[in-house]
Amino acid sequence: MDFSYTILIPLIPLAVFLLLGINYKSIKPSVSGWIGSLGLFATLVLSYYTAYQYFFVVGKVGDIYQTFTEQWRWMSFTETLYIDMGVMIDQISVMMLVVVSTISFMVHLYSRGYMKGDPGYTKFFAFLSLFTFSMMGLVLAVNLFQIYIFWELVGVSSFLLIGYYYTKPSAVAAAKKAFIVTRFADLGFLIGILIIGYYGGSYDFATLNDLEGNVITNWASTSFMGLSVITWGLLLIFIGGAGKSAMFPLHIWLPDAMEGPTPVSALIHAATMVVAGVYLVARLFPLYYFVEDGYALNVVAWVGAFSALFAAIIALTQNDIKRVLAFSTMSQIGYMMLALGVSGYYGHDGLGYMASMFHLFTHAMFKGLLFLGAGSIIHAIHSNYLQDMGGLRKYMPITHITFLIAALSIAGFPGFAGFFSKDEILVAAYEHNKLIYVIGVVVAGLTAFYMFRLYFGIFWGKDTKYEHTPHESPVSMTFPLVFLAIMSAVAGYIHFSEYVTVDHQPFEAHLNYPLAAIAVGVGLLGIILAFIFYKKPSGLPEKVAASFGSLYQWAFDKFYFDELYLFVTKEIIFKRISAPFAWFDRHIVDGTMNLIGNSTVSGSEKIKKIQTGRVQDYAFAFIAGAVVLAMIFIYKWII
Amino acid sequence: MIQGISIYEILTLTSIIFFIGIYGFLTRKNLITMLLSIELILNASAINFVVINTYLYPDVLQGVFFSVFIVAIAAAETALAVAIVINLYKLITSVEVEDTETMKY
Repeated sequence: MDFSYTILIPLIPLAVFLLLGINYKSIKPSVSGWIGSLGLFATLVLSYYTAYQYFFVVGKVGDIYQTFTEQWRWMSFTETLYIDMGVMIDQISVMMLVVVSTISFMVHLYSRGYMKGDPGYTKFFAFLSLFTFSMMGLVLAVNLFQIYIFWELVGVSSFLLIGYYYTKPSAVAAAKKAFIVTRFADLGFLIGILIIGYYGGSYDFATLNDLEGNVITNWASTSFMGLSVITWGLLLIFIGGAGKSAMFPLHIWLPDAMEGPTPVSALIHAATMVVAGVYLVARLFPLYYFVEDGYALNVVAWVGAFSALFAAIIALTQNDIKRVLAFSTMSQIGYMMLALGVSGYYGHDGLGYMASMFHLFTHAMFKGLLFLGAGSIIHAIHSNYLQDMGGLRKYMPITHITFLIAALSIAGFPGFAGFFSKDEILVAAYEHNKLIYVIGVVVAGLTAFYMFRLYFGIFWGKDTKYEHTPHESPVSMTFPLVFLAIMSAVAGYIHFSEYVTVDHQPFEAHLNYPLAAIAVGVGLLGIILAFIFYKKPSGLPEKVAASFGSLYQWAFDKFYFDELYLFVTKEIIFKRISAPFAWFDRHIVDGTMNLIGNSTVSGSEKIKKIQTGRVQDYAFAFIAGAVVLAMIFIYKWII
Repeated sequence: MIQGISIYEILTLTSIIFFIGIYGFLTRKNLITMLLSIELILNASAINFVVINTYLYPDVLQGVFFSVFIVAIAAAETALAVAIVINLYKLITSVEVEDTETMKY
C-alpha cells in the first residue's frame, strides 16, 4: 500500500493558508470562510480514508500493525548526517490525524458563526489553516528534526492566534508569554535531540525505536552524572514536551492563552497542540521504557500526576470559565502523561499507553466541546465570568444539553467516553503504583466537582437579569456542538486496545469493575457536592472557601507561580544577571567601538584642512615629495 | 653635436628651464600662464632626451624619436587644457586659479 498521498493532508491546509494569507485583503469574508472549511473538509476526508485503509484494510499483517514510512532526503550534509522529510503512518499518527482533522473541521465550521463580522475574519481562517498544516506535519513526522520544525510552527501559529486581538494589551502579553515559555522549553528539546542524535546515531523514529537497535541495546555505554546520556536526552526532550503540554512547572502560559478567540482555545489549547507533548513521549515510548529501566518514564509519570492534581485544585477556585477549562485541560493532560508513565510494553502491560492515547482521543472530543460550548455562552452574554451567568438553560437549550454531555463525559459518568478512558488509566496506574492511583482518583473527584460547579453555575444557579435576552447561537455554531456531543457520548465504545497499542499487537482490555466503581463513586460524590453547592444560590461555597483560609487564597492565585516566575525573571535574571551584562555591553563593548569611531572623526576633522582644493598646493606637495625621494636616492646610492 | 659646447652646459640650461617651469607653475595665478610653465617643463625634458642621445649614444635615435612623441603629447594636452580653461571661463568668467577652489574637503 502506498501512503504517499498522505503528504496532501498537511499540504492542503498550507495551500489554503497561502491563498487566504496572500489575498487576505481582496477575499470577501463569506468566501474565505468557505475556502477554509472546504480545504479542511478535503483534509478530513483524506484523514478518514487513511484511517480506514490503515486500520481495516492494509495496516494489520497477521496480528501486527505495520508502520509505513515515505521519506525524501531534504538536507544532506554528509553520507551519514542528513535530514529527511516524510510521512510516517502508524497507529498513533493515524489516530492523531483523525483527532486533529475532526476537531479542526468542527472549529472551522464553528468559527464561521463565532467570528462573524470580525474585521480580521480572513486572517483568522488563514491562521487556522497554518496551524492545521503545522499540526499535521508534526503528527506525520518521521524523525526528530521534522517533528521539531513543525513543533516550532505550531508554536508560531499558537502565538499568532493567542495574539489575534492584538489591540488588547493582555492578549499581546499572553501571546508573548506563551511563545517565550514554550521556546524556553524547546531549548531543552533541541539539546535533547542533539544528544540523542549524537549518541544514538540517528534521528529517525524507526531506527531509534527499534528494539534491537543501537540505542535501546546500548544505552549504558556512556553516562553522565550517574545517568545514561540517553536518559538525559530523553529528560530534555520531555522538558520540550512538558512546555508544550503545559505540565508543571511550565504551565503558566496556558491560562493566559485563553485571551485568544474561543475557537482557538478549543482547537489549540484543548484538543490538539497541547497534547503534542503526550504525542512526543508516546512517539519515543520504546526509548522511554527501555533506556535505564524507565527512569525518564518515571519522571514523566510523576510530573503528570502532580500536574493533574495541582491544576485540578486551582480549577476549583477560578471564576473565569475559560480559565477553569484551561486548568482542566492541564489536569487531563497530566492524566495522559501519568498513564504513559505507568505503562509497560508487552501485551496487556501496555494498557497505560493505550489508555493515554484513548484519553487523548476522548478528551479532544469532550474538551473541544466544552470550549466551543463556553464560546457559545460567551457569544451570547459577552462575559467570561461565572458571576455574570446563571439560569442560562432556559435561553440556550442546545448549548445546555451538549455542555451537560461533555461535563458528564469528563467527570467519568458511566457510559460516556471519559468514563472508559479514565477507567483504563486508573487501572494501569493501580497495577503500577498505588500512590499515583490515589492521586488519579482524587483528581477524578475534583474534576467532577469543578466541572459541575461550572455547569450548575452557568445553567442553573441564580436567575441573572441580562441586559439583552441571551439567545441560542446560530446553526453554524450548534452543529459542531451536537456533533462533538455525539462523539463525547459514544467514542468510549470504540475498542481502542484493538487499534492503538504500544507493541503494535491488539489485546483485550476489560472494564475492571471494582476500580471503575470506586472512580465512579468519587466522581458522583463530586457531582453531588457541586449540586448541593451550586444548584441553588447558597452561602455554602463562601463558607467552605473561608474554612480553607489562606489555602483557598493560594489556589485562587494559582499558587503564586506567575509571581514567582516574574520574581525570578525580573528580580534575579534581569536585575542581577542581565543588567550587568547590558552595562558591560553598553559601556565596554560599545565604548571601544565608539572610541575608535570618534577618534577617527576628530582626527580627520583636524587634518582635512590639508585638502585646500588649490592645484598648486597639490603640485607643491608632489614636487616636494619628488625632491625628497631624489635626495634619498642620491644619499644612498651615489654618495 | 654642437662644436665647443659640452653636454654639461646644455644640461645646466635645461635644468634652469625646468625649474623656471616649476617655479612658474607654483607661483602664477593665471591658468594660462600655468599652462605655459608646464610647456617649459616638458620642453626641458624633451631637450634632455635629444641631448643625451646625441652626446652619449650618437649611433642610435631613440631619444630623438621620444622627444617627437613628447611634442605630440604636449600639443594634445595643451588642446585639452585650453578647452577646460575656456569652459571654466564660460562658467565662472575667470581664469584665476583662486576662483577654482570649490572642490575641497
